[in-house]
Amino acid sequence: MSASPISAPVIEVEYSLRQTRSRAGEKVIRGVLLAAAAVSVLTTIGIVVSVLIPTISFLAEVPVTDFLFGTVWTPLFANGQFGVLPLISGTLVITAIAVVVALPLGLGAAVYLSEYASDRSRRVLKPTLELLAGIPTVVFGFFALEFVTQVLLIRIFPGIDIFNALSAGLVMGVMIIPTIASLSEDAMAAVPSGLRDGSYALGSTKRQTAVKVVIPAALSGIVAAFVLGISRAIGETMIVTIAAGLEPRLTLNPLEGMQTMTSYIAAAGSGDLSTGSIEYKSIFAVGFLLFLLTFIMNMVSIRLVRRYRQVYQ
Amino acid sequence: MSAPDTAAPLAAPSQVQAELLGSRPPLRDRAFRLALFISLTIGVVTLAVLIAYVTIKGWPRLNSTLWTNMPSIRRPERAGAQSAITGTLWVIGFTALFALPTGILAALHLEEFSKPNGRFQRLVEVNIQNLAAVPSIVYGILGLAFFARALALGQSVITASLTLSLLILPIVIISTREALRAVPRNIRDGSLALGATEWQTAYRQTLPAAIPGIATGVILALSRAIGEAAPLLLLGAVTFITFNPTGPLSGYTTLPIQIFNWTKDSREEFQILASATIVLLLVLLLAMNFAAILIRNRTQKRW
Repeated sequence: MSASPISAPVIEVEYSLRQTRSRAGEKVIRGVLLAAAAVSVLTTIGIVVSVLIPTISFLAEVPVTDFLFGTVWTPLFANGQFGVLPLISGTLVITAIAVVVALPLGLGAAVYLSEYASDRSRRVLKPTLELLAGIPTVVFGFFALEFVTQVLLIRIFPGIDIFNALSAGLVMGVMIIPTIASLSEDAMAAVPSGLRDGSYALGSTKRQTAVKVVIPAALSGIVAAFVLGISRAIGETMIVTIAAGLEPRLTLNPLEGMQTMTSYIAAAGSGDLSTGSIEYKSIFAVGFLLFLLTFIMNMVSIRLVRRYRQVYQ
Repeated sequence: MSAPDTAAPLAAPSQVQAELLGSRPPLRDRAFRLALFISLTIGVVTLAVLIAYVTIKGWPRLNSTLWTNMPSIRRPERAGAQSAITGTLWVIGFTALFALPTGILAALHLEEFSKPNGRFQRLVEVNIQNLAAVPSIVYGILGLAFFARALALGQSVITASLTLSLLILPIVIISTREALRAVPRNIRDGSLALGATEWQTAYRQTLPAAIPGIATGVILALSRAIGEAAPLLLLGAVTFITFNPTGPLSGYTTLPIQIFNWTKDSREEFQILASATIVLLLVLLLAMNFAAILIRNRTQKRW
């Protein structure tokens, strides 16, 4: 195909026209492609079915109200209690710490990249920041436990537990900076430059333009980035499993260890539980809550991104 | 602005603004800019501290025993990560085998063969965006219930690979679609005008033109799979494994899981070993990231 088509003799063109495959072959190929695309839909169905069925039989043994509003989570005890609130509070405390770190830093980085950095420095800074997103979470977990807790935090808070929510939350916050920065920057880049020019023409400075024109104009995209970042923090497993400990505790004190929904699933799931046991089913019940929570947040984020695309593109 | 011989171009608004305000922006603006720059650098500095910390800590064990020896509980000073390295290669090999063809074919379907904004198309699109953000541990639950127990594949290389391939499928599909979308319409029209069928056009023209973009996305997707640990915790990789996998149904461990196991052991030798293994893993991942960026920059075609 690289040869210039003009030089091909007419007879050859005719030959290649006759070589066209039959419609039947095209149809088979289309079927194969459709099947490949269907795998992603089947994955979602598979997830829903595989968490829902054990969850239903879990709820047959543990009343819904005990599960959702109970304050004691001791599934591996002989007379186990299945109140999921300690896991939810652990998840929320650690996510909140991560959010406090990641929202301002992620948004700040995005505004710098989109409004201040020259093309050349953006080409270096952006991939460097994105390298953070490529670091395995187990490595972040190791860093949180060995460095953030045992080198830094222990000097500032001498009474801190070795396994604590603070180190996990801080490191998780740094981990989601690239997610928030990169999506917010996309949203700000989609703001038409006419809006910026108009603002400058009225005499505003670069800071005023960024804060009062660009950020409001890109708000739905920025909120989408925040929501997606929070969803990632809620679903993150390895950092909390390694650095925040495995004790379910109903507390708001970030210097103590706590267990999250994800780290419970990881801890219980890595043991060898028999398929029908209530402990085994509890993995799925917590997994169902986790999937539902992140699913809602992802949908909100997807909707918001679609909205700003419709406005500006 | 750099060429004085052309007709005077309009000055950029920022330049006009700078001239109106004088050469230095007000103090508040400079402080704002500094704060933004600091928020950008905190992430980068953390990354640098992390790399420096594990390299210094792992230095005593960064030698060939790391990859020639097997893990050992009683003799940490001689333990190595060989079974984890071979396990990672087995698992990722099969993951690539499942995820790449499926992902690329699915992307071809969505980009080249389906009605844009059709109902199925939109459903699949939203579904893929959501799957890309589903927590990885949830894929572990799916793998545990479906591959390990329902299909009775057990705690094997193949269970891990199938689970990881579902995990990276959205990334492969999304990046392949972007690469296909960057191929200009003219190429498809030219091919169709010469009498090629839609599939011939897709397979012989569009796909080859998109290969560099696809390769970049695929490398990044596989590097995500290499670093993934959470779903494998549910799929048997935590068992103490001191042998290399012998086949797809064999037991296995992987580098991130081995790091996790060593991190759990509080003995200092194991912390050093974990650091050294982290360096090994990071070198591998950074090399892959670098290759991806290189391919993207080298082959960036201006159509």
